[in-house]
Amino acid sequence: MATRTPIYRSIAAHAVLIGYTLIALFPVFVVVSNSFKSRRAIFAEPLALPDATSFDLIGYATVLKQGDFFHYFQNSMVVTVSSLFFVLLFGAMAAFALSEYRFRGNTLMGLYLALGIMIPIRLGTVAILQLMVATGLVNTLLALILVYTAQGLPLAVFILAEFMKQVSDDLKNAGRIDGLSEYRIFFALVLPLVRPAMATVAVFTMIPIWNDLWFPLILAPAEATKTITLGSQVFIGQFVTNWNAVLAALSLAILPVLVLYLIFSRQLIRGITAGAVK
Amino acid sequence: MARRNPIRWHIAVFLAPAVLVYTAIMIIPLFATLDLALYTRVERVVRFAGLDNFRTLFLDPRWSASFWNALANNTWFFVVHMLVQNPIGVGLAALLSSPRLRMAAFYRTAIFIPTILSFVIVGFVWKLMLSPIWGIAPGMLDLVGLKSLFAPWLGREEYALTTLALISVWQFVGIPMMLIYAALLTIPDEVIEAAEMDGITGMSQFWKIKLPLILPSIGIISILTFVGNFNAFDLIYVAQGALAGPNYATDILGTFLYRTFFGFQLQLGDPHMGAAIATAMFGIILVGVCIYLFAIQTRLRRYQF
Repeated sequence: MATRTPIYRSIAAHAVLIGYTLIALFPVFVVVSNSFKSRRAIFAEPLALPDATSFDLIGYATVLKQGDFFHYFQNSMVVTVSSLFFVLLFGAMAAFALSEYRFRGNTLMGLYLALGIMIPIRLGTVAILQLMVATGLVNTLLALILVYTAQGLPLAVFILAEFMKQVSDDLKNAGRIDGLSEYRIFFALVLPLVRPAMATVAVFTMIPIWNDLWFPLILAPAEATKTITLGSQVFIGQFVTNWNAVLAALSLAILPVLVLYLIFSRQLIRGITAGAVK
Repeated sequence: MARRNPIRWHIAVFLAPAVLVYTAIMIIPLFATLDLALYTRVERVVRFAGLDNFRTLFLDPRWSASFWNALANNTWFFVVHMLVQNPIGVGLAALLSSPRLRMAAFYRTAIFIPTILSFVIVGFVWKLMLSPIWGIAPGMLDLVGLKSLFAPWLGREEYALTTLALISVWQFVGIPMMLIYAALLTIPDEVIEAAEMDGITGMSQFWKIKLPLILPSIGIISILTFVGNFNAFDLIYVAQGALAGPNYATDILGTFLYRTFFGFQLQLGDPHMGAAIATAMFGIILVGVCIYLFAIQTRLRRYQF
């Protein structure tokens, strides 16, 4: 259809893309817009935007009064930020060793670390739980941080090593002639140069950690260590009949990820186009 | 390490933290799980059972029915993703990469949004959307005169699994879209220009020139889909609970592993059978990855530039 007239084709392309964008955003829109409505309006006119008569914050009031949302949020932040720090630091160090030095077993070590990209860490859950029980780390945030660090390392090493190969040798050798130690070369010269790649890895690592339900459910289900994902799962489950509260809780859970995503979406896309496909 | 050089300790220092954490938390537990599957516990005494757990899992009617059901459901879950998610992803990427398309960044950002949401949000949002009580789905069907088609899809044995698979497709279509989009951007302009000189444009350009060139990326998204699907758990757990109802119709290997390992209702958890299921999943994923590495990737390599 219309192979010779690009204007028609471009209209058709926009139509398909707008159509799919609507499919992607519609459920999120429905939930967020209904969370601001009164119970009657939710059922009478679910697709209408909240207006003066139907506007109601009762759902948010219920959630903020009853739930321990802020505390869960804090746990998620601690776990995500700490795991991210260790993944980036340890991952960059290992990537530097693999990409910079020739040593016996280099390739083998690279393959060993890459194994974890394909084999999901979840399959070791039974033994991980036993390990955490034996070391007394069950129901601590440290257990989650350790697991997520191990989970994030393989991809981080893989992507960062690709980027570090592009850092100019002349620069590093100039540093060596000036008497910098290998550690200084890594921290002062190489690390600042691969900052864009680090941001990419950060986004890739962050999303699955923030959203994970499996390990918080198994390793840290106690009230004090619940993450926001587990917390909202339990919390929403309690309120199945209180539609205002459920919709408000969902909207509150969507918000932080959405904001982070909109801030970092450029990095994410640049990262996919630059590193992950090779 | 050459003998005349001193030992380069800094290499070890750079590698040690990553290798230690990765080995201790990932590799050792992985193999410990495989090992646990070889033991069984009879009245508080753990004894070596060889492959008995697997015999029970595959052949004993009390276990095998659940296992094969979960495996069959999981396979269907994967088939739906391959047939729906990846073609839609490739199609969207092809549209997005068309030159001089305006607002491409907006579409890309918007279509990727479901992928960043947690399973908890996705599961509950769709439960509400499809709920007959609220009536968003029946209401929308009514608008186009198809209200008679509505059914409580998540509650019916024959529809529930496909519905959940499609919800998961909705969530993850952004990943193949992005990876293919990136691959399409790396096709050199000269190749496209040469094709245009030969009069190959539009759809036939996509099929004859671009598609063969992005086959390696399609291979990658296939294996990522495979690993992701045979490791899935969260969406089913959130939407249908650990029992994966109705009547185990949506039970996949991840939920089966969870129930076996932790127990449910009156049945006690069994770490050894749980480890056996995890080992079976490990085997399935390993076979898939090997097929990809040895059969698909080596054959696709000659198309790469």
